[in-house]
Amino acid sequence: MSILIDGLSLGAIFALIALGYTMVYGIAKMLNFAHGDIIMVGAYAIFTTLSLNGHIALAIVISVVICTVMGIVMEKLAYKPLRGASPLAVLITAIGVSYLLQSVAQIIYGSKAQSVSIGNFGTIDIGSVKISISSIITLVVGAVIMTVLTLFVSKTNTGRAMQAVSEDRGAAQLMGINVNKIITVTFAIGSALAACASIFYLMQIPSAEPTLGAMPGIKAFTASVIGGIGSIPGAMIGGILLGVVEKVCQSIPAISSYTTAVEFALLIIILLVRPIGLLGKKRREKV
Amino acid sequence: MALLEVKNLEVSYGVIRALKSISFHVNEGEIVSLIGANGAGKTTTMQSIMGLIPIKSGSVVYDGKDITKTPGYKLIPLGMSQVPEGRRVFQELTVYENLLLGAYTKKDKAQIKADIDNICTMFPRLGERRKQVAGTLSGGEQQMLAMGRAMMSHPKLLMLDEPSMGLSPLLVDQVFDIIKGFHKQGVTVLLVEQNAKKALSIADRAYVLETGSITLEGKASELLDNDDIKKAYLGE
Repeated sequence: MSILIDGLSLGAIFALIALGYTMVYGIAKMLNFAHGDIIMVGAYAIFTTLSLNGHIALAIVISVVICTVMGIVMEKLAYKPLRGASPLAVLITAIGVSYLLQSVAQIIYGSKAQSVSIGNFGTIDIGSVKISISSIITLVVGAVIMTVLTLFVSKTNTGRAMQAVSEDRGAAQLMGINVNKIITVTFAIGSALAACASIFYLMQIPSAEPTLGAMPGIKAFTASVIGGIGSIPGAMIGGILLGVVEKVCQSIPAISSYTTAVEFALLIIILLVRPIGLLGKKRREKV
Repeated sequence: MALLEVKNLEVSYGVIRALKSISFHVNEGEIVSLIGANGAGKTTTMQSIMGLIPIKSGSVVYDGKDITKTPGYKLIPLGMSQVPEGRRVFQELTVYENLLLGAYTKKDKAQIKADIDNICTMFPRLGERRKQVAGTLSGGEQQMLAMGRAMMSHPKLLMLDEPSMGLSPLLVDQVFDIIKGFHKQGVTVLLVEQNAKKALSIADRAYVLETGSITLEGKASELLDNDDIKKAYLGE
């Protein structure tokens, strides 16, 4: 039971990050490999605010704001000039941005891990099972964020415009939609979600280092591909699935050291059976 | 007065010159038709006017304003609207959501609702399928949706790119009746068609586009009687 809750909450973290990958892929048609590093930026923003004796609430707000701005700036400086360039050029640029963010963090904070404690949450006992409160917070807040996001995308004008741009950029422009603005909004939302993920991440592993974003970034990317990249519910399901698999594997001594291998094997199997991912949609390629 | 004036428009895809300096205009209140065979540059013309593909040289003036370099999305609030080739409705969104997107630049909620009701009355098939995903509609229904969607922004100039493509003769007649209906409401129409006979039958004037150049222009009624046109486009 507690394994399941922990798995779901880890899954919620993966899902929040995976949403950033999947939305950016769906709308800007690019893989933003620097997305994982936004989590690292968020973690250091919290670290810095706390070390200056800021309140944790302030730290969270600052972290979300900095990550959002970072996402917008990243898109404007690195990716917008490459609109219409070959996907490979954009991909390499994204990898470059990732290294840039990691190196800058290393220059400012050093390569050593810094301890970031955002409070001790302890556990509660329900009957005979102990459940960590941080997992419950992550799960509940994660679910709320994802519900709000889903409503935003399906019910608001901007959300509908995002769906339109994702499906057919040219036709969206004919509706009077400013495609560049929608792409900026998408990066902003994705980065804000990554900032939320960084908060939950620190609740589980209270330390920050420059390469912090790499592993959750790759896992979340895996989750978004499992769910079907470009699909918002797919990212949520893929994230949750991967989180549960990870916690379950870790709890079984015989395979716990192969956890990551199991996760990527899951990706391979799903792609073999269903190359477009669980909820991926086949798109007619237009010429 | 010319509502749309295209002057010496040139568009290239790499080294291929798709449009070799074409000029034409559409007067307010007219139906003007651009006819030509596959690959003549009709869709290129339509897309470059709306900023979907870059213009190499020449100018486009709409309503007295030079829009050659204006980003496409800014043209919709000015009163331009286009039904693109292949309809390009948003397949994964519902009929209702597609119509809402047509009114993306409009703010008046009550007016948008009234407009949607209007279109659903005009096209009862769309009304019945309001909540249905557009990808599940038939070709004819998708064409109706694309036209309804384009009307949601209250255009002064409606541009239609091959609205009859892939439709049965009965539906083609219906589509042309609808275009006439929009025109009666005061909308100026620029119509690109391969179906020259149909296009010329409703147009005031027409231009013939051949491999990137305008080779003939005149009153639609005169072009219908032109021997070259008859041979090349009307199959007579």
